[in-house]
Amino acid sequence: MDIMRLRGLVRKESRQIIRDPSSIGIAFFLPVLLLLIFGYGVSLDARHVPLALVVEKNSPQAMALVSGFNQSDYFLPIPMRSIQQAEQALMHRKVDGIIWLRHNFARDLLTGGKAPIGVIVNGVDSNKARLIEGYVTGVWFNWLERMTGAQGRKLKVPVTVEHRVWFNAAVRSRDYLVPGLIAIIMTLIGAMLTSMVVAREWERGTMEALMVTPVSMKEVIASKIIPYFLLGMGGMLLSVLMAVFLFQVPLRGSMWPLIVSSSLFMFTAINMGLLISVAAKNQFVAGQIAIVITFLPAFILSGFVFDIRTMPVVIQWLTHLVAARYFVDILQTLFLAGDIWPLFLINSVWLAVMALFFLMIIKKKSRKLLE
Amino acid sequence: MLRKIFALMKKEFRAILKNKKTRMVLIIPPIAQILVFGYSASFDLNKVPFAIYNEDPGLASRQLLARFQGAETFHLVATIDHDDGIAPLINEKKVMLVLHIGPDFTRNLSKGQPAKLQVILDGRNSNSAMISLNYVRTVVMGFNSHWAALHGGHHVPAQLVVSSWFNSSLDSHWFIIPGIVALLALVVTLEVTALSVAKEREAGTFDQLLVTPMTPLEILIGKSLPGFIIGFVEATFIITMTILWFHVPFRGSFLVLYLGIFAFLLSAIGIGLMISSISVTQQQGLMGAFLFLVPAVILSGFATPIENMPRFVQYITYLNPMRYFLIIVRSSFLQGASFDLLWNLYWPMVLIGIATLTAAGMLFRNRMY
Amino acid sequence: MSAANERQPVPPEKRDDTILAVTNVSKRFQVGKRTIHALSEVSFQARAGIVTGLIGPDGAGKTTLMRLACGLLVPDSGSITVLGMNATKDALKVQQSIGYMPQRFGLYEDLTVQENLDLYADLHKVAVKDRPARYEKLLHMTGLAPFTGRLAGRLSGGMKQKLGIACALVSPPPLLILDEPTVGVDPVSRRELWEIVYSQVKEMNMSVLLSTAYLDEAERCSEVVLMHEGRFLGQDAPEAFSSQLVDRTFVIHGRGDGNKRELLRKLSDHPQAVDVIILGDTLRLVTRTSMNCQQAADTFAIDSKLWKIDACKPRFEDAFIDKLQQHREQTGATKRGAITAATVKKKKDEAAIVVKDLRREFGDFVAVKDLSFTVGRGEIFGLLGANGAGKTTTFRMLCGLLPATSGTLQVAGHNLRIARAPARAKIGYMAQKFSLYGDLTVRQNLNFFSAAYGLRGKRQKERIQWALDSFELAEIQDNDSEDLPLGYKQRLALAAALMHEPEILFLDEPTSGIDPLARREFWSHINALASAGVTVMVTTHFMEEASYCDNLVIMARGQVLAAGSPSELTARYRSPDNPEPSMEDTFIHLIEEFEQQQGKTS
Repeated sequence: MDIMRLRGLVRKESRQIIRDPSSIGIAFFLPVLLLLIFGYGVSLDARHVPLALVVEKNSPQAMALVSGFNQSDYFLPIPMRSIQQAEQALMHRKVDGIIWLRHNFARDLLTGGKAPIGVIVNGVDSNKARLIEGYVTGVWFNWLERMTGAQGRKLKVPVTVEHRVWFNAAVRSRDYLVPGLIAIIMTLIGAMLTSMVVAREWERGTMEALMVTPVSMKEVIASKIIPYFLLGMGGMLLSVLMAVFLFQVPLRGSMWPLIVSSSLFMFTAINMGLLISVAAKNQFVAGQIAIVITFLPAFILSGFVFDIRTMPVVIQWLTHLVAARYFVDILQTLFLAGDIWPLFLINSVWLAVMALFFLMIIKKKSRKLLE
Repeated sequence: MLRKIFALMKKEFRAILKNKKTRMVLIIPPIAQILVFGYSASFDLNKVPFAIYNEDPGLASRQLLARFQGAETFHLVATIDHDDGIAPLINEKKVMLVLHIGPDFTRNLSKGQPAKLQVILDGRNSNSAMISLNYVRTVVMGFNSHWAALHGGHHVPAQLVVSSWFNSSLDSHWFIIPGIVALLALVVTLEVTALSVAKEREAGTFDQLLVTPMTPLEILIGKSLPGFIIGFVEATFIITMTILWFHVPFRGSFLVLYLGIFAFLLSAIGIGLMISSISVTQQQGLMGAFLFLVPAVILSGFATPIENMPRFVQYITYLNPMRYFLIIVRSSFLQGASFDLLWNLYWPMVLIGIATLTAAGMLFRNRMY
Repeated sequence: MSAANERQPVPPEKRDDTILAVTNVSKRFQVGKRTIHALSEVSFQARAGIVTGLIGPDGAGKTTLMRLACGLLVPDSGSITVLGMNATKDALKVQQSIGYMPQRFGLYEDLTVQENLDLYADLHKVAVKDRPARYEKLLHMTGLAPFTGRLAGRLSGGMKQKLGIACALVSPPPLLILDEPTVGVDPVSRRELWEIVYSQVKEMNMSVLLSTAYLDEAERCSEVVLMHEGRFLGQDAPEAFSSQLVDRTFVIHGRGDGNKRELLRKLSDHPQAVDVIILGDTLRLVTRTSMNCQQAADTFAIDSKLWKIDACKPRFEDAFIDKLQQHREQTGATKRGAITAATVKKKKDEAAIVVKDLRREFGDFVAVKDLSFTVGRGEIFGLLGANGAGKTTTFRMLCGLLPATSGTLQVAGHNLRIARAPARAKIGYMAQKFSLYGDLTVRQNLNFFSAAYGLRGKRQKERIQWALDSFELAEIQDNDSEDLPLGYKQRLALAAALMHEPEILFLDEPTSGIDPLARREFWSHINALASAGVTVMVTTHFMEEASYCDNLVIMARGQVLAAGSPSELTARYRSPDNPEPSMEDTFIHLIEEFEQQQGKTS
């Protein structure tokens, strides 16, 4: 490596970045846009779920239950006259669930018989259905406690479940989705930035002119990595700021592991992009490959929405090939849990191994030849 | 007119199918995606790794824990005897939850006093946390009724009788996999159409086409049909896989579903051709398709419900054809919905299709240079 | 085939002042299933201190050879020695001591002139203290000094090319390699470029290897290496090539009513003719053997009442054509005749194309400024100009591909932009770069275009058969068109444009990159069409090709500089020093006058 040549190349690359709106756009505009779409668009919590309430005969007990639903933030109860009407509404997707108190509900309750509360949920969206079930159970349990409390007794249940959700007590799904998103967006950005730029040099014929100078391929590669790394880190910083200030995700870990892991990840993503472009030599193909091999796997197999632990073993193995997976893990932990060194170390080592592996292939593939 | 359209369509098909690479793009990703998605995209948990921290020497606690150890959904990873043991297990993601039973569990239970099972959950994936908590509750409920039956004294005046329609076991594969029909049909038709005009512009053949006596309408139809046919074939393939391989029940009518596919493809092709007509190079076409595809998939309700989105985002989703088609496809599969339940989902897609196709046809000649 | 014909050209013996030695070099590329023999057993030496020209049409192997010399490619066999070093093994050392400008100049268009220079100075490790002096010299020489802050992408073609050279010269190399430096550059800039090259040779005793497809540039080199289809055809001083043709070149002037196209056909069918072309109102003839004017008139049975035949000075191009013909005959190929074309009914009173006050603006930029001209039926009409003169914009407006900002234009009585489909059926269009569907075969392309023009049934079959026969495409009808050599692509593109026997044919840069023989053939087809009454509108940046037209307009910066027949135009600049000015001389004069005027008005 020669300092003068490297400095010249890095300066050239930086100038091109500053003048080319598209790389600035990819580095800053795209993450903001994607974070906004995803951040607002993706949430697994259910709020204000439309729920049909069918009370066939009014009674104080039934009214108490209804007011329980009315007060819950999770539901948007819609009173309905008959179960037929409610079922129609369910079929037409006007409501996601039905609560059905038959006319003999109050009587059964008082006579100590088992009074059933009918709950029907639309199971098409199974995840949502399960959430609704959980919320309904909560409302029902509160109502039972109040009922028995009013009678001066305590509700007797043999074993009660008391839960504590660490790291995300309010159970906001956004808090874990947004850090994951940053990892996915950065995979895409890193790979897209570099995959296009080297291919661009091939396409415009400047690579040829460059190669006939005494420059070495090592210098060319280094000069691509350095400025785009900095640019990518800028995008990263922007994303973290958005996560913390716009989406109000707590950042519990400390700064330097965040910086170290982000650098490692950005290095990996950029090497991946460089590898693509070294292989493709054409901006169009490079862009296509970058999208196909980075975005989709990062989306499905990184553990960002779909928990890796729930996947079949073979696919779990496959996820180890996805760089984003390690970064998702690091970010979710750093944001929500704080500095947890064993996790941080393992994932960082994986990232470093991947980065070096890519770098090795790049070095091997990029000879100073046109064929 | 028909002959010219047919000639153009034949040419488009040849161009798409001749190249080995584009053939691969049409064949490999759908198969790979349906398999990977089908198996990995799921919200259900199985073998939830958990740890036991039992301070109670009594029998009852062991009986309760035995239920967890025996359950398919749970997988015991560690047993600990200290408070300090909890944090490392959860922090390092060795377990998803820890079940903690205090020292007086059995004593309270036999005295008829409330006995507490404390569950400590890893909230880093809050969705998984809530689902596993539900599983814990189910196990505890089973234990409770068993206990009550044996020892009496426990009486709950009103029980929830829950039934979930259309998907009684709440298997999330049934939700995700039919959605892939929409996802892949969209991706493939966009791939075929978004580059079709841009590619010709880049090669200069589009000018050749415009100076022939073909009218924009003829060009439009000739360019749309291959997308339609390929989209239909791909969708049919995925539907077949969904039914025969993944055993998702199909309860509705194929007519209802295929009418939906028709309207959906119309809108997808319209958008693809419009992107393509705006673009000068294939690169721009690809970027355009990508910039449409990502939000379209995210804001469609494919993985996460639209109702959770902020209101202004929800308004935007009305422009997204995938939003409508996802409901048609899922309702056709699981709900067995008939046409009258879905009719108001068809016309928005047809409208989007007509608007975008018109725009594309006008852009053929009147693009800003 | 005689033994003499099979003899390979022998390169000169190796000398002491050899700067580049190419020995038995072969190079193949795999493109899809096809193997391209880019270079086959090429050997030659270039001497130090002179300009060596590598001359040949596209596909001759010039670029491959230069890349091999720079160590960017590895030869399949043979070796290349540059400045005494092996270009393959010591690539890095070679690269330290040569200056190289690739096609398209290798500039970063988003960097300024100064920044491009800085980059190459850094890469060549020019000491910081030496830079100001070197920069000043280069900028002065190239005339770029006022533009150091301008982005390279905003420079004109000629300025880009000069900057490219300046970058290659930043650290003065003993050997400068330039790959097609004059492509797409206007004649004025071409002239300036040659001045720069020669100043380097004189002042720094630099050696230059330069490739070009323009045959008229060969005469400016000290020595030329002739190449064709990857083979070495010969090496010598350019005059030595043309002197072989003394007494074999003639100019035929018309005395009145003679039909030049008929004569052209008659002459080109004659076995004694190596080459016949139309130049304005005259014909130029190259014969197979030496003869005097009278012998020529007798041999070709030229009617002396109608035509006057004079001997003329042979040009380098004549020698090249002669070599190529020999080469072709060795390989057994035959000369092809022109196509047959059905006669178009003449509607005498109606002009084919009428353009009046045509104007096109892109934002603030006026691409075409108040253009007016008329093209008669059966005429070959040329639009001549450098890249960026507004030719293509005008052309696209005529074909109805681009709306005009203002003005009127009529093609066969219609404005094609708003005309209905049947009006468009009357025109044929051949786009730049011979746009065809690369992934379809030759036959599928013909099938598609004939159907797009509404042909069907028997007529469609007939026309496709006609195309396959007259353009000799039958043998390759099942090959993908993208794999075809450029010459075949051009023939196929022309065939596709003629499927429906149009009345008016539009040709956009129809011969760029084509070898001179194929160009001859192409023009013989065009002449045949014109004789049959088809109107042909053609754009070109080849100055010489303009002389093939009946009438032309010369454009620069969106304006018409001059209009008329080729001989009218050249006649304006006849002077005692230059009794027979070429089209290029005319063009340069016109541009210079135009620039002066612009200078005055602004």
